[in-house]
Amino acid sequence: MTDLDTASKTDTPATAAPPEPTPARRWWTLLRPWLPLVALVVFLFVPYLRLEIPGIFDGPLNSPGTLQLLALCLVYGGLAAGYDLLYGRTGMLSFGHALYFAAGVYGTDILITKAGLPLWQAAPFALVGGATLAALIGAIALRTAGIAFAMVTLAFAQVGAILVARDFGGLTGGEEGLPLDVSGLPAFFVGVANTYNLYWLALAYLALVVFVVHRVSSSPTGRVLAGLRDDERRIGVLGLDPYRFKLVAFTLSGTLAAAGGIVYTLLVSGASPHITSSELTLSLLVMVVLGGPGTRWGPVIGGMLYMYLDHRLTAFGTSSAVEALPGFLSAPLSQPLFVLGTVFILAVYFFPGGLASLAGRLGPLLRLIPNRRR
Amino acid sequence: MSTVILLTLTGLGLSALYFLVASGLSLVFGLADVLNFAHGLFLSVGAYATWWAAGNLPGAGADGFGFVLAVAFGVAAGVAVAVLVELIMIRPLYSRTIEQVLVTVGLSLAGVALLQASWGADPRPFPRPQWTQGVTSVLGAKVPNSGLLLIVAAVAVLAALLAFLRYTRYGLVIRAGVENREMVTALGIDVRKAFTLVFAIGGAAAALAGALGGVYFGSVSPSQGGSLLIFAFIVVVIGGMGSVVGSAYAAVAVGLLQQFVNYYGTSGLGDICVVALLAIVLLLRPQGIAGKAATA
Repeated sequence: MTDLDTASKTDTPATAAPPEPTPARRWWTLLRPWLPLVALVVFLFVPYLRLEIPGIFDGPLNSPGTLQLLALCLVYGGLAAGYDLLYGRTGMLSFGHALYFAAGVYGTDILITKAGLPLWQAAPFALVGGATLAALIGAIALRTAGIAFAMVTLAFAQVGAILVARDFGGLTGGEEGLPLDVSGLPAFFVGVANTYNLYWLALAYLALVVFVVHRVSSSPTGRVLAGLRDDERRIGVLGLDPYRFKLVAFTLSGTLAAAGGIVYTLLVSGASPHITSSELTLSLLVMVVLGGPGTRWGPVIGGMLYMYLDHRLTAFGTSSAVEALPGFLSAPLSQPLFVLGTVFILAVYFFPGGLASLAGRLGPLLRLIPNRRR
Repeated sequence: MSTVILLTLTGLGLSALYFLVASGLSLVFGLADVLNFAHGLFLSVGAYATWWAAGNLPGAGADGFGFVLAVAFGVAAGVAVAVLVELIMIRPLYSRTIEQVLVTVGLSLAGVALLQASWGADPRPFPRPQWTQGVTSVLGAKVPNSGLLLIVAAVAVLAALLAFLRYTRYGLVIRAGVENREMVTALGIDVRKAFTLVFAIGGAAAALAGALGGVYFGSVSPSQGGSLLIFAFIVVVIGGMGSVVGSAYAAVAVGLLQQFVNYYGTSGLGDICVVALLAIVLLLRPQGIAGKAATA
C-alpha cells in the first residue's frame, strides 16, 4: 500500500502555511476533533429539550412532530453519506440508489405486514435482500462505466418502480402504498408517544453509516476507491482489480441504503411508491453535491438540510406570505423542487465543493475583516 | 393475425416515439459526452407549447393547417429552450462532464416543477386533429391513425438526420466529433458550434415527440417527459452511444417487445422485459449493438 500512500500524498495540494496561532484559534484546533462527538451528544439529548425555536420548527423541539422531522433529516443524512461512498469517494455516478432504499422499505413492510414476521426477523431478511440485490445489479451494471453506468442503474431502478406500481401479487399495494401492520412491532416503536425511540434509532443509523463510511475510506480499500475515482487505469496498473473494488463499494453502499429503508419504514410506519422513483436518487445526488462530495461531513449536512428544506418549503409555499405575492412569483415558489433545483444549479456553478468548502472559500473574506483585538 | 398486425403497428408507434427522444439524446451523448437529463424537459416544453399554441396562437388550432402551425410552434419552442440550455448552462462547464450532467439534473427537477406550478400536475386534454382520432384498416387490423402519424414522422426524421449527417459539412463534423472529439478540435474545427447544433436538433426531435406523443396519448402532463426519458436512455444504451442507426434498431426492438409482452403477458411485464433485454445486451456486448462508432 506504500505506493498508494505516496500517490495520494503527491495528489493533495500543499497546504498553505498555518497562520500564527491566536488564542481563539488554538482552542479551535483543540476542540475541532471533538465537535462530531459534541454534536452527537446534543442530538442524543434533543428529546429532553423543551426548547422553542420559532421560525425553524413549528412546536417545541421535543414535540413528536418536530422529532419526526428531525429523525427524517437524520435518516436522509445517513442515506446521503452512504450514497457518497459511491459518488464522492469512488467516483461512480449511480442513478439507481433509490432501488436499495426501496428494497429495505418494502422488504421490511411486506415481511411484517404480509408474512407476519416479527421485526427482529424481518429486518435482517430485508437487509440481506437489499445487499444481494445490490451485488447482483452491481455485477451487471459495472460492465459499463461512467455515464452508461448511470443509465443502466437507472434502468434497473425503474424495474423496481414498475414492480411496486403494478402491485404484482397484491404485495406492494400499488399507488396507495402499504401501511405497516404495527401489531408485529415491539411496543416501544409504536405510537406518537414513542417517537423519541424512533428518533434515537434514526440517530443510531446515521452514526452507523458515518462510522462505516469513515472506516472504509480510511482503510486501504478506501485508498483504492479514491484511486479509482482519480484514475482507474492507475489502479489496474498496480495489479488490483477495479471491478472487484467497485463491486464491493456498490454492494456496501446499497446495503447501507437498505438499512436506512428499514429505519424509514418504522419512522413513517408504511411504504409509499414515491420512494422508488428516480427522483429520490436524483435528490440524493443533489444532497451530496450541495453538501460537498467526498468530504467528511458534507453529505450528512447536505442530506439533513435538503430534507429540512424540502419539508419546510412545502409549508412555506402554501403560507399566506407566498400567496400574497403576484402569481408569477408565488406559483414557482409553491414548488419545493423548483427552489431546490435552482439552488442546486447555482451551487454547481458557484460552489463546486458544496457547503463543506464554504469555510475555505470564506476564509479570505474573514481575513479582510480587521481583527479588533490586535 | 389482425391482432399481431395491430400490435406490430402500435408497437412501432411507440418505437417511433422512443426513437424521436433517443436520437437527440444519443447524438448529444456521443458528441459532447453529456447525459442530458433535461431532454425530457425539451419534450414537455414541445408538448405544452403545442398545447398552448393550439388554444392561444392566432391561426393555430386543433385541425388542418392550424395544427401544423401549432406543432411548428412547439418544435420552435423546443429548439429555443435546447439552444438556450446549451449556451447558458452547458457551455460554461465545457469538458467538466459530471458537472454538466448535474446541471441538467437540476434543470429537469426545476423545469418539471415549474410546468407543474403553471399548469398543474394533472394531465390536460391535448388538442387533436379529427383524423388522428380515427383508425385505418391495415390488412384487417384497425390501427389508430395517431400511431401511424408517429411512424411516418419518425421515419422522416431518421431519413433527414441520416442525409444531414452523411451529405453536409456539419454532418461530417458531427460524425467525426462523435468518433474522436480531440482530433477534430486539433484540426482547428470549433466543435462547440456542433454542440449547439446537435442540441438544437435534439431539442427539435424531442419537442416533435412531445407534440405527437400528446396526440398519441390524448393528454399532456408535466411528468410525461421524464417517464419517456427512462426508456429513451435504455434505447440509447442498447443502440450504442452516438449512433443514430443503432438508436433506430434499438427503439424498434424495445417498442415491439414492450407492446407484445404487455399484451400477451401481464401489463407492466413488457417494461420489465425491456430492462431484461438491456441486461442481456450489456452482458454480451457492453458497448451496445452499434458501439460508439459511425453515426451513419
